[in-house]
Amino acid sequence: MRVPARHAVKGIGLLCAAALSLTACASSSTTGSGSADAASSASAVQAALAKGGTITVWAWEPTLKQVVTDFEAKYPKVHVNLVNAGTGNKQYTALQNAVQAGSGGPDVAQIEYFALGQFALGKSVQDLGKYGAAKLSGSYSPGPWSSVNIGGGVYALPMDSGPMALFYNKKVFDKYGLTVPTTWAQYLDDAKKLHAANPNAYITNDTGEAGFTTSLIWQAGGHPFKVDGTKVSVDFTDAGSTAFTSTWQQLVSGKLVAPVNSWSDQWYKGLGDGTIATLASGAWMPANFVSGVPGASGDWRVAPLPQWQAGQSASAENGGSSLAVMKASANQDLAYGFLQFANAGAGVQDRIKGGAFPATTADLDSSAFLNTAFPYFGGQQANQIFAQSAKNVVKGWQYLPFQVYANSIFNDTVGKAYVSSTTLTQGLKAWQDASLKYGSQQGFTTG
Amino acid sequence: MTTATPAPTQTDNHHRPARTARLRTPPARPRRAHSVDRPRRSATLTVLSSLVVLYTLVPLAWLVVSSTKTQADLLGSPGLWFSGHFALWDNISQTLSYDHHVFLRWLLNTLLYVVLGAGGATLLSVLAGYGLAKFDFRGKKAVFAVVIGAVAVPTTALAVPTFLMFSTMGLTNTPWAVIIPSLVSPFGLYLMWVFASEAVPTELLEAARVDGSGEVRTFFRIALPLLAPGIVTVLLFTVVATWNNYFLPLIMIKDPNWYPLTLGLNAWNDQAATAGGQPVFNLVITGSLLTIVPLVAAFLLLQRYWQSGLAAGSVKE
Repeated sequence: MRVPARHAVKGIGLLCAAALSLTACASSSTTGSGSADAASSASAVQAALAKGGTITVWAWEPTLKQVVTDFEAKYPKVHVNLVNAGTGNKQYTALQNAVQAGSGGPDVAQIEYFALGQFALGKSVQDLGKYGAAKLSGSYSPGPWSSVNIGGGVYALPMDSGPMALFYNKKVFDKYGLTVPTTWAQYLDDAKKLHAANPNAYITNDTGEAGFTTSLIWQAGGHPFKVDGTKVSVDFTDAGSTAFTSTWQQLVSGKLVAPVNSWSDQWYKGLGDGTIATLASGAWMPANFVSGVPGASGDWRVAPLPQWQAGQSASAENGGSSLAVMKASANQDLAYGFLQFANAGAGVQDRIKGGAFPATTADLDSSAFLNTAFPYFGGQQANQIFAQSAKNVVKGWQYLPFQVYANSIFNDTVGKAYVSSTTLTQGLKAWQDASLKYGSQQGFTTG
Repeated sequence: MTTATPAPTQTDNHHRPARTARLRTPPARPRRAHSVDRPRRSATLTVLSSLVVLYTLVPLAWLVVSSTKTQADLLGSPGLWFSGHFALWDNISQTLSYDHHVFLRWLLNTLLYVVLGAGGATLLSVLAGYGLAKFDFRGKKAVFAVVIGAVAVPTTALAVPTFLMFSTMGLTNTPWAVIIPSLVSPFGLYLMWVFASEAVPTELLEAARVDGSGEVRTFFRIALPLLAPGIVTVLLFTVVATWNNYFLPLIMIKDPNWYPLTLGLNAWNDQAATAGGQPVFNLVITGSLLTIVPLVAAFLLLQRYWQSGLAAGSVKE
């Protein structure tokens, strides 16, 4: 039904390991010979930067252009070949082709959190432990950091993050006398009220999108995916998943969500003309509002994500990606030098100026960042809501080590609930069965 | 209706021998009411063909209309009619200059692939088709079977194996990765083969040999002019195939500096679905319009050859 890449954009963080195992992995790499290795590798990175050379970076993130310019200015002997090899799944396919062919791949690749597990387990990306990457654990907010920690290794450096918030069209809310919802139950009431007052207007759009559905289940406290080494289980009957389906089923059955695909021209149109009144999305969304819906500037505001239980403040991640060093790269030291600059050094500021949402705690906590007024949102200091959301992300979420495949079949299973009499619960069960079947074909122990 | 007397009415165009070669029958001879030239009018067929015409032209009309709109008007006005603001010239200049004139680079790349790929494919097809049609040699039947078999294999199916092969040769991400596979056109070869056996009389070649002309000279001086309509047909086929080629470059080329127009426009389209990306639907649409203009022009200019080439071999003389 939809181009997979469009779902991939909203892919989500992969909280692979719990906080406990994180600290264990961080301490192990700072003891004994590990730190000596890290020190020598760190000096190797400095030597490589001074010596120069050429690296190829596959990324679709637009703000990296400025980062590359500044990086090359700082290290004049280094040349970075920045290539947009496709967005999301398209790039992963190309990456896997290159890995399989053994040549033609990049030195550095942008990989979304939900997809990183697949490349880490497939040993296509380099464990960055030898460069002392584990020492950076305090530099990143917990969600993205745990996403790049897989099985005791650090396989990428977080580039951005997508703590969720509710974007709502204030003009529409004022016109129809709607209150900004603090719970999903109120959200449902608003949806009914709005659609009754104006049959062309919908509270939001949804045609079934893996990233969005899993994010809301994540926020509701669900843990449908459990991964332990090669043991994988999927279960959409836990309390969090049912909380989501019972509310969302009413929105879908009542035809209260616009049948419009995210990222389509219709979607941009709906966001602009008030027929799509809210959007629960990641903190990277403002840049897209500014460039894609310039006509509605001043209409939209940001609010914390509605809650599944009144009085809580739970949140989840939606989207976000990292930069990884490819194992096939002949220039890994230089590649890591670029990663450090882009995701832990001066590059972060370049990207924030370009409208990206950082994953680095220093920036998330800085008053300059928090007090930035968004003219698009009527001068609102929206980063305060996003930064708070980043702190409230529910811990312990995991993605499947073959999430790219699983998301690609989401529309064939759960998507049916949006166009037929199938219920969301039945759709999720079908998704669960199909994912587990694929998992056991791939050699995972499923249960 | 009879056409016994020439009259300046709607039957007029049947009586202009200078313009149409169709006039084989003497004008004075009475004709049947419905001939091959003037078939009976059928309401059903007219309606059906009108539907097909609409089906073909509406997307084109949409493209032309939409390319006159700004990004905001595209989303805010009905699809098949103009918005108040006519932005075509603005869109064209933006398309050409967006992202450091990268559209022009993609246009040059496409031209490179077309000239070398389609041109080379045509050259090879003509040489091989002529050779197979006019010379007898051992294994000709085997060659025929391979060519026919190759016509049936879609190039898309070969793209991934070709990628793996080119990857070991270090050719991926270079223009050669697109040009070399484009050089092979089994359908063009087959077409030239059929055309050459019909269009070049063997007696003529024998006469040339008797007069002492070498094979190469015979080919260039005698066969080639006779093959011209077929060459144009094959050229058009291969040009269209190479110009519109999407899947092969998609797999082979990752460097936007070597993208053809098809991949470049798709990359622009994907910007709308990227976090932090800028939707440029108006540039994608205007770029698509600019991309099809050369093809439409080529078809109109070469129509005459194209038609006579297609019909070649269909009538036994």
